[in-house]
Amino acid sequence: MSPLPRLALRSLWNRRFTASLTLASITISVVLLVGVEKIRTEAREGFASTISGTDLVVGARTSPVQLLLASIFRIGDATANVRWESYERIARHPLVAWSVPLALGDSHRGFRVVGTTDGYLEHYRYGRDRRLALAEGAWFTDLFDVVLGAEVAEDLGYGPGTELVLSHGTSAVSILEHDELPFRVSGVLARTGTPVDRAIHVSLEAVEAIHVGWESGVPLPGQELDAPAARERDLTPETVTAFLLGLKSRAAVFQVQQAINGWPEEALLAVLPGVALQQLWRLIGVAEDALLLISAFVVLAGLAGMTTMLLASLSERRRELAILRAVGARPLQLFGLLTAESTALAAGGALAGTVLLYGGLALAAPSLQALLGVRLEVGLPGASELGLLGAVVVGGFLAGTLPAWRAYRLSLADGLTPRS
Amino acid sequence: MPPVPDSLSTDPAAAPVVLLRDLRFRWAPDRPLVLDLPELRLERGEAVFLRGPSGSGKTTLLGIVGGVLRPEAGRVELLGTDLGELGGAARDRFRADHVGFVFQLFNLLPYLDVVDNVLLPCRFSRRRREAAGPDPRAEALRLLGHLGLGEATARARDVTELSVGQQQRVAVARALIGRPSLVIADEPTSALDADARDAFLALLEQECRRADAALLFVSHDAALAARFDRALDLPALNRAAAEGSVA
Repeated sequence: MSPLPRLALRSLWNRRFTASLTLASITISVVLLVGVEKIRTEAREGFASTISGTDLVVGARTSPVQLLLASIFRIGDATANVRWESYERIARHPLVAWSVPLALGDSHRGFRVVGTTDGYLEHYRYGRDRRLALAEGAWFTDLFDVVLGAEVAEDLGYGPGTELVLSHGTSAVSILEHDELPFRVSGVLARTGTPVDRAIHVSLEAVEAIHVGWESGVPLPGQELDAPAARERDLTPETVTAFLLGLKSRAAVFQVQQAINGWPEEALLAVLPGVALQQLWRLIGVAEDALLLISAFVVLAGLAGMTTMLLASLSERRRELAILRAVGARPLQLFGLLTAESTALAAGGALAGTVLLYGGLALAAPSLQALLGVRLEVGLPGASELGLLGAVVVGGFLAGTLPAWRAYRLSLADGLTPRS
Repeated sequence: MPPVPDSLSTDPAAAPVVLLRDLRFRWAPDRPLVLDLPELRLERGEAVFLRGPSGSGKTTLLGIVGGVLRPEAGRVELLGTDLGELGGAARDRFRADHVGFVFQLFNLLPYLDVVDNVLLPCRFSRRRREAAGPDPRAEALRLLGHLGLGEATARARDVTELSVGQQQRVAVARALIGRPSLVIADEPTSALDADARDAFLALLEQECRRADAALLFVSHDAALAARFDRALDLPALNRAAAEGSVA
């Protein structure tokens, strides 16, 4: 039974004011370090599990990352559209099993509107081959039906039967309302933890209908449709923003991709979602590494602060060291006392930081989903986080070796009576 | 006093508690000699007063007896064991097992309560822990009681709230717990007023006798010498002091 851990804790408690400041700085640095790592891994996980089962995402030619972000994650906007004829011809390609068109560009109170078809409910998959399901009501059947993502319904307090008006553009505050054609909620989707939760789904025809008379980007007086007129009209869209393709055989994916990328009538781009995500990770990997490096330096600064605190405390603790020597402590045990204190502080900081971080993430998960589009799963710490926490504790021990070595030297020089 | 043969050849139970012979010490090779003692001897259970003014090398001598400082030459034996033959860790263990210390001031760790301060030697020495009996806390309370510190004081949370005299008595209890063979007291009364000093001395001497521990009491104040079995004068013993080379 070593008396040291107990003495170290008692001694720290005796200096609890300075020790708690040190503990706080280590705690904050751990929150930062593990938080960066956690958000990094969870965001990747969340992004990667947003889309599955789709072989190709097709849109007007742009960068693969931009196409994926705009069409699937609803971050940013597509630069151009795809002509309806192109979509129809590709959808009829013999290797294509299914296709789901997407018409984006409108919103309601900050939530994006997705014009699509029944195929979306049928073919869209997320996570491990999970399908969309309705929590309430039904998928749209009428021209003026909308289906809400779970977040939209929760945030706005909408349910089946609620009437709403869509806005032109994707900014949260819109001055251009499609107020001549009000919509009605027909159903609410079950929560998915993906950007689907924050989308408002309508039929492609509905998107077409609200834009009649808006060809110049603003409504021309007298040219807009009212509801009865809209129902009369042929609402086959002229363009779509992007579309998802499922192929009959995954082996055909590069063949179809090449056919689309070399499309003669217009400049199109087909991307494999996984490949585009890899590009995205490469793009933001540098920034992530920089963040992780900065957090690591913040931890180092916290540990250096602890070293300073312990070194400064030694001058007033020479008496204590001499008493411990007199009752039989070896200089090596005094070395152990000091490193036990620093290790305990680092471990306490690591623990407090983890608790704080996970509590904070649990509280912030909804706003993070609004920001990232994907929901962060606040599970138990993974291997990488445990590794970082272990490194902090080891760092705490190492940070204690300098004051510990000094205590060792002092106790050898002082013996039983401190000489000043 | 019975004649004690050279401890090297005899049963350790009869060996003197402290035996210094031809001891020389200096802080660094280029510094003057601090101590040059032909012989200093302390028998079992003996209470010896060692007088010396400050700067006479008293504290250095106690460091050597405690095994914390090593002499440049000469022999240091405690209970028949030659400290010179022990390594640093073994000397620390030997000190923890056999020697209790009482210092001039600030004997206690501020972050331990009274009983835990008394029990400190038991945490570093298995021998002292075992000698303190099956319940060391009860033994600590018993010692404190003998030293005039009742339960209320003994259970005080904060040792810094005790008076200096009370703190010194707690230090005596710590020095005596686990029945060490030697108690070394370094000017333990210099911070006490005359009444407290006499009461403290009486208790210290009585409890050392009761525990069968030899007492080496070091002070500059020759007036205290009367209570002890024997009084030694360090400047008279120390040839280095005679040469006037002590810093």
